[in-house]
Amino acid sequence: MSTEELEFDGQLVAFAEDLRSEGMAVGTSELLDAFSALELVNWASPSQFRETLAATIAKSPEDRRRFDLVFERFFFRASELQAVRLDVSEPQSRVSGDEVDLDELRRQIARALEEGGESDLRDLARLAIAAFGKAQGSGVLGVDVQRIRRALGLRTEPQPDLPLDDPRHDGIDRDQLRRFEQALRRELERNQIERNRSLPPKRALTDLDRSLPGGPVQDLAAVHRVVAQLRRRLASQGHELRGHSRHAHVDVRATMRASLQTGGVPVELKYRPRRPRRPELFVLCDVSTSVTSASTFFLSILHALHDVFRKQRSFVFIERISEVTEVFQRERDFRSAAAAISRDAGVADVSGYTDYGRVWSEFLAEIEDELHPRATVIVLGDARTNGRPPREDLFAAITAKAGRTFWLNPEPRLYWNYGDSVIAAYEQHCRAFECWRTDQLEEFVKALTRPTAS
Amino acid sequence: MSTDPNSVEEVAAGLRGVGYLPGDSTALVSFLAAKLGKPVLVEGPAGVGKTELAKALAKYLGRELVRLQCYEGLDEAKALYEWNYRKQLLRIQTESGDTGWDAVQDDIFGEQFLLARPLLTAIASPEPVVLLIDEIDKTDQEFEAMLLELLSDFQITIPELGRVEARTHPVVLLTSNNSRELTEALKRRCLYLWLDYPDPEHELEIVRMHSPELPETVARKLVEVVQLVRELDLKKPPSIAESIDWARALLLLGATQIDQTVFRETMSVIVKHRTDLDTVAERVGVRLEPAQAA
Repeated sequence: MSTEELEFDGQLVAFAEDLRSEGMAVGTSELLDAFSALELVNWASPSQFRETLAATIAKSPEDRRRFDLVFERFFFRASELQAVRLDVSEPQSRVSGDEVDLDELRRQIARALEEGGESDLRDLARLAIAAFGKAQGSGVLGVDVQRIRRALGLRTEPQPDLPLDDPRHDGIDRDQLRRFEQALRRELERNQIERNRSLPPKRALTDLDRSLPGGPVQDLAAVHRVVAQLRRRLASQGHELRGHSRHAHVDVRATMRASLQTGGVPVELKYRPRRPRRPELFVLCDVSTSVTSASTFFLSILHALHDVFRKQRSFVFIERISEVTEVFQRERDFRSAAAAISRDAGVADVSGYTDYGRVWSEFLAEIEDELHPRATVIVLGDARTNGRPPREDLFAAITAKAGRTFWLNPEPRLYWNYGDSVIAAYEQHCRAFECWRTDQLEEFVKALTRPTAS
Repeated sequence: MSTDPNSVEEVAAGLRGVGYLPGDSTALVSFLAAKLGKPVLVEGPAGVGKTELAKALAKYLGRELVRLQCYEGLDEAKALYEWNYRKQLLRIQTESGDTGWDAVQDDIFGEQFLLARPLLTAIASPEPVVLLIDEIDKTDQEFEAMLLELLSDFQITIPELGRVEARTHPVVLLTSNNSRELTEALKRRCLYLWLDYPDPEHELEIVRMHSPELPETVARKLVEVVQLVRELDLKKPPSIAESIDWARALLLLGATQIDQTVFRETMSVIVKHRTDLDTVAERVGVRLEPAQAA
């Protein structure tokens, strides 16, 4: 075995480490699979190499997205590091800004973008940097990328004043432009590394990088995981708390069936299985405009809770409340549930401003008889009353009837009680949590499942 | 006759040969599955050809396809094996009184009283097969756990008979529509393939392959429209199967152009929900050219 091979194995393990540091679970068995799969394919083809690794390591669309980002970062850095170590540099492009016809270059790049394949982009990017980038580099990559793009006159929207045969006349394809910007960024980074002869510190992926294009679906998976954990904890907690075999019910059917083995004599008594006590949940969710950004998150919590708890009643509210338990039971899919709520719930009142006082009184009127000490009430909202009376007395009545009450506030604690936020008035009667990320949701889950003193 | 592929390109060409146009990663993962003997978990939206892939693979590899359709409440008796209870009873009844208990017991738990269900069939088959476990996300977690033994060691334990080990290595495909998160343990044992809606060029190729008589211009327009429709927020976006159906419908009608009238009349081939129909008519239909006055 040559040293080169050893090094490659090490690189792959380091790559897996890198993936793990970004929160992907890469098992040793999966790494072994990757090795044995790589023996079968043609390494020289970058796409096969990459797809093989992806098929053995990344096991969901979210993971795949993360895998791609880390793959780019890792192998780019690895090759650059090697280049710095061996002191190799890319031959400088011979074109300099003054020699080329800039207008002609603009047109050519735009045309090449329209037809172009993946490999041309790199050359185009280098050309563009040579022509437009050298003169006044700001040192910040993102700024430089945008400056060069503007200098090239590349836009997604149509530019009707340009001649018809110019591809920019109809606007550049958005994806293609994004790919070009990526290539630009990469080349600029490469230049920087060459100048400094060292690698900049690696940039950890942000939530924005990780999220799949196409909305809050990936949040949903995370929320579901946390809520599934919640269910397990609640179930086991029920077991601990219950007194041991206080009373048991004989299951007549099962006893009769068992007695067939002994000629009809019920020798062995069968008992009804003890079901863990399911907590009853009442969830109130604010869907007004002041929490627009958080309401998708809230609704996904609601949705996940509904998957888990049978005995749950859900309400959404703005000015008034509306029960949506049925919607969630009917629609398994989150998107359709969210759509159905905005369509059918009938809470989209004229003003669109939350009226907590009215919500409490309506909730009490509807639910009062069903609240009992084992029930848990969860409110999802920002406690911004828009200047209307908060009616904490009514809220106190609810909390007094219910066993426990929790409040999840989507605002950072810093903003609580500023402006029209009256969370302090409610906080006397319940436990309030700030909750706008899944890890904060986990905190709440811990609190919810902590055994009560009673 | 079974084929043993030697390279990714061979698999790609082979799948093409049996009427399935694979994407790059599809061919690659199929190749790895055949070579490594690891199960493949195929995920993606409904109707992108997950089940078709298994069928095409079986055809190309020259193997029999054994299919297990999963549903809620599927249990081991339906998936693995079952004792043929009636036959056992008959056997006991025809037995004359003087046969000893041991003899009867040995007798009625023999292979001839065993009803093999898909998983056992796949394992016990003398010829290598392709095993398709369809819509695994419909079953419950207990069933998934049961599959683990099968997928990692390719063996099934029958208490009365002992262990049945696979004589040949089946190619296993599991498909999922993502309606439930599968367990990590299962994912860890599988290769992963995400099948998405194809890009326009790829889809055009697929449509052209299934209805070659359709004029190129119509096919191109059709793919464009379908891609437009998919971008809308629909209950059920049109799948590849539906674009193929639509192509056939257009062919039957002898359409030479997709204009507003043709679209309105045939829209129901690709859109299957009443509310979706309205949305599509509003958002896509109007963008097409109005019908030419005859």
